[in-house]
Amino acid sequence: MNWKRATIATAFVLPVAWLFRHGLTQDPREIPSPLPGNAAPQFSLAVFAPGQPPLERPIGDTVRLSDLKGRVVVLNFWASWCLACRDEHAGLSEVARGYAGKPVTFLGSLYQDTPGNGTQWIAEMGGQSYPSVNDPKALTAIDYGLYGVPETFFIAADGKIARKITGPAPPQVVRHILDSLLVTTGSP
Amino acid sequence: MVGRAILALSFVVATSAAGAQVPSNDSTPRITTDAALEARTSAVAAQLRCPVCQGLSIQDSPSELAQSMRSLVRDQLAAGKTPEQVKAYFVSKYGEWILLSPPPRGFNLFAYLVPVLVVLGGGALIVFAVRRWTTAPSAS
Repeated sequence: MNWKRATIATAFVLPVAWLFRHGLTQDPREIPSPLPGNAAPQFSLAVFAPGQPPLERPIGDTVRLSDLKGRVVVLNFWASWCLACRDEHAGLSEVARGYAGKPVTFLGSLYQDTPGNGTQWIAEMGGQSYPSVNDPKALTAIDYGLYGVPETFFIAADGKIARKITGPAPPQVVRHILDSLLVTTGSP
Repeated sequence: MVGRAILALSFVVATSAAGAQVPSNDSTPRITTDAALEARTSAVAAQLRCPVCQGLSIQDSPSELAQSMRSLVRDQLAAGKTPEQVKAYFVSKYGEWILLSPPPRGFNLFAYLVPVLVVLGGGALIVFAVRRWTTAPSAS
């Protein structure tokens, strides 16, 4: 009888324990994305914030991903209402300036915000070294499977998404990813 | 009275003018087409999870992202994509997480099998207990 009870109890406990193990070994903040390793969705968006020399692009200029083939692209989605975007802004801007002479393009993409608010925010934050584009209706954001801001995508020279950072992008991590992508490209 | 007559006349003229914009050989009125598209959009949107909400579909969520996604669903359906193709597009961007009812395969099977197993187990337990209660007095 004890053996019978023990068997029944085990039959109930084992699956529950397995489910707990499965749940506890996963990071709930880690949101899976099917995009890394696949071709980056194409976009064609207009610049609203020009950035600063030497990374400057004129306001109204259309940035097409197809024109950036052969370069590593850092695409950062941000918004003026996003508090976490403030944390990464200065660091990202500085890293972009440091890679100015290399085949790397930094691009900000405004998410669910107005260019007016975005421009004002950049001025309040002391400027942005790289240009930002407007993404009306968030169509490019949806194409990149965006959950929120900030999110940063690293597009390799072959046009595939190499990495994605959810939340503020730490400068040292950005540098590390860029260096490894440039080595792969053959442009250290 | 004269005012009402003018109002009625202008309504008739306006209705005729609006009707003139619809091609005479179009047997399906625009309102029906739009209503059908809206119904299909709602049906697909109700199956897609809002990425910035807690357990809400993009049909039920008032968030801006959900509205943009719903608008995209409508555009893709209007462009001739099937509901399955629209859902496949969102899965290719967000993974199967975006589906409120994930397909019954792999780990997802637990969500479908566990309730059935619990009901069966509970039923077996009740049968076992009832038998025990009904047979116990005669055995003693």
